[in-house]
Amino acid sequence: MSASTSQSSRPLSPHLSIWRWGPAMAVSILHRAAGQGMAFVGLPVLLWFLAAVAGGEASYATFQDHAGSWYGLTVLVGLSWAFFEHMTSGLRHFVLDLGAGYELDTNNFWSWLVPVIAIALTALFWAAILLR
Amino acid sequence: MGNGTSIGRVRGLGSSQHGAHHWLLQRFTAIGNLILVVWLVVSLALMPSYDYAAMQAWLVKPIPATAMILLIVSTFWHARLGVQVFMEDYVYDHGLKFASLAALNVLALAGAAFGVLSVLRIALATSTGGV
Repeated sequence: MSASTSQSSRPLSPHLSIWRWGPAMAVSILHRAAGQGMAFVGLPVLLWFLAAVAGGEASYATFQDHAGSWYGLTVLVGLSWAFFEHMTSGLRHFVLDLGAGYELDTNNFWSWLVPVIAIALTALFWAAILLR
Repeated sequence: MGNGTSIGRVRGLGSSQHGAHHWLLQRFTAIGNLILVVWLVVSLALMPSYDYAAMQAWLVKPIPATAMILLIVSTFWHARLGVQVFMEDYVYDHGLKFASLAALNVLALAGAAFGVLSVLRIALATSTGGV
């Protein structure tokens, strides 16, 4: 029980380390992960797509080869999910910004529903593309 | 932080009057993204084909080209704000944080400029013989 070591390892704010996962925390970190994913992957893909169309038939064919491959489609499905997740979660944030939806039941309900809606919209989007 | 003058007492405590500016811009650009990216997603889902001719014929039209340019500005602006908060939260070293934010500003502006140029090249191309 040497004073220096026991004191230095004590947390400054003990309450911050006492928590368990809740739906609001999960949807919050999903919002950030989806947003950063779109910023670091989605926007470069968008620029590649636009530059490929601007470059003409040959450059677009190169883009399409990669975009249509299994890894390209994996990235595109991931990006579409990230958009729908971030959008649905962002709409929830607009409601919270108004000061509404903080009651525990309401908050938990929408925190669960946001990722469910996002997955449903992603499925709908790809169904519209693939089932034509 | 001093304790004598009134400026000394508030110095280092953050901004006043403009504290909500970043937060508001994130909301304004979010509204832009909501409209424009939903437009992009619906347009892509309804696209008759994904070959070069279909994409070129789509983006050469003035309204899709305008919407795409607005989408680039709105999404890059929103992403710049969002990545800034991400870096402020997770890059702990002050020097590295400043370098990260500087790189972010350069890349966001450069990326948006490149995207707008690409759309302009598609929309203003005359050699394609399209509509």
